[in-house]
Amino acid sequence: MQQPVQKPLDEITVRHVAELARLNLSDQELKQDADHLSRILDYISQLNELDTTNVVPTTHAISVRNVLREDKIMTSLTTDQAIQNAPSCEDHFFKVPKVLDQGSA
Amino acid sequence: MTLCDTLFNTAESIRNGSQSSEKIVSDCLDRIVASQKSLNAFISYDRDRAITLSRNIDKSAKRGELPGPLAGVPIAIKDNICTTFSTTTCGSKILESFRSQYDAFVVERLEQAGAIIVGKTNLDEFSMGSSCENSAYSPVHNPWDVTRVPGGSSGGSSSAVASGLIPAALGSDTGGSIRQPASFCGVVGLKPTYGRVSRYGLVAFGSSLDQIGPITRDVKDAALLLKVIAGHDPRDSTSVNQPVPDYTNQLDRPLKGIRIGISEEYFGDGLNEEVKQVIRSAIDRMKAEGAETIPIELPHMKYATACYYIIATAEASSNLARFDGVHYGYRTENPKDVFDVYASSRGEGLGPEVKRRIMLGTYALSSGYYDAYYLKASQVRTLIQRDFESAFKKVDVIASPVAPTTAFPIGEKSDDPLAMYLSDIYTISANLAGICAISIPAGFDGHGLPIGMQLMGSAFGEETLLGVAHQYQQCTDHHKQSPKGLAA
Repeated sequence: MQQPVQKPLDEITVRHVAELARLNLSDQELKQDADHLSRILDYISQLNELDTTNVVPTTHAISVRNVLREDKIMTSLTTDQAIQNAPSCEDHFFKVPKVLDQGSA
Repeated sequence: MTLCDTLFNTAESIRNGSQSSEKIVSDCLDRIVASQKSLNAFISYDRDRAITLSRNIDKSAKRGELPGPLAGVPIAIKDNICTTFSTTTCGSKILESFRSQYDAFVVERLEQAGAIIVGKTNLDEFSMGSSCENSAYSPVHNPWDVTRVPGGSSGGSSSAVASGLIPAALGSDTGGSIRQPASFCGVVGLKPTYGRVSRYGLVAFGSSLDQIGPITRDVKDAALLLKVIAGHDPRDSTSVNQPVPDYTNQLDRPLKGIRIGISEEYFGDGLNEEVKQVIRSAIDRMKAEGAETIPIELPHMKYATACYYIIATAEASSNLARFDGVHYGYRTENPKDVFDVYASSRGEGLGPEVKRRIMLGTYALSSGYYDAYYLKASQVRTLIQRDFESAFKKVDVIASPVAPTTAFPIGEKSDDPLAMYLSDIYTISANLAGICAISIPAGFDGHGLPIGMQLMGSAFGEETLLGVAHQYQQCTDHHKQSPKGLAA
């Protein structure tokens, strides 16, 4: 089983995580975060003291299984309601800057 | 200006015609307005809407047609619970003008019961915090000492109830966010069993941990409010389809013979000595009424904080991905490209603690680390749950402190996130295990600051839990005290 990295997080790792999380952080925030996260991860590493071989993970605090419903049409938001908080929209579409690069597929 | 009465008494006085809802609601709003500068418990409130609703209730009362058990009573709810009739900000800039297109299940239930939601209370941003210092709308203050925190993240709701602004409020609890501020503010705060109250309309932080619950002046009020908001909701697939008992009818079983579990894990290093003494006395008080204490072991409790901070932040990083500047909420000006819409909107609109937790959660779930962190924590969670299952074979409830200290000064812990996280140590396990837990006033420290005792019950064991808590309140009067300067 892979052991978590114990050493402090380096800037490259923190920048990578910020990119995954879609967070623009200032240089100062990145530095502070690297520091805080390293301390917290160090604290969390104590979980490795426990032998969890063959322990089933818990993802649901209270076990509820296969919650299904009839395939019946229920009320849902109208399009007007759905876009009522949009920062930018046009003709019932949410508007964002171009997604595709110029000249590439 | 009169302070408000309990939920039960207020509802009764409207029902029997001795008071009008309009007068009660109007007085309530006057108190809220007057308190905002010193407490800042509310993010928004709406006098016109509340008064109009109260007048309708008064008319119905004259015809003998009250809609439900909370008819005409003013209530406040934490601002991470969606309402169509006000903003829902979650204490964040990113949702400053967000108006939900639907009401949360608990809002529907409160309104069906005739309650009048007068405002939305202040909180740590997205419920991430233990002090209400992480709100984008300035911190909340503790009415017992306004230089101190009320606790968090449901600090606004707790401060409002403790200072007599409002008879009752709803909060939410992911790692102690109802119980800890209830302890710091000297009020009752209940985290129901996971799945007991629908999360539809609760802005998600940790979906396997979150629960909405009541914050009230006494246990009887908490039982009444739980009865109104509990129940199955097909729109929340984690909501459990189990009948809701009349919790208010189950409070009278005496303490004699009740088995109270005590685990020494809760009384070790780091617990303030005055808090320890108050909790020990509270347990002795219950023993004097005939309860018996049984030592139990919760051997994995010391790993609960580490376990929680992986699971909660991992789930939060996923839940908060929706705040991306596209569909609602704050969008950055002049984004360079679509990636920048996401990254700058989130970078500018989210506060530092929220970003920190998203980073931690993202790291824990990222490729190469999932097994070592999230999976491992989920396995440790199973061990913690099993500890409680074993314990509840031998005991009816478990007693412990709620927090290692009383309310600390504003600013004291805000530079040290890890210290703040460690203060959740006693409350976190109940969320990991899914069981129910309550904080009830148990005494005061040398500065006159409240100290809450936590009682934990087995999953769907609210009847027993509320019964024990209520009986404790029958032989003590800590819950009847009010902050100095406020007339009872």
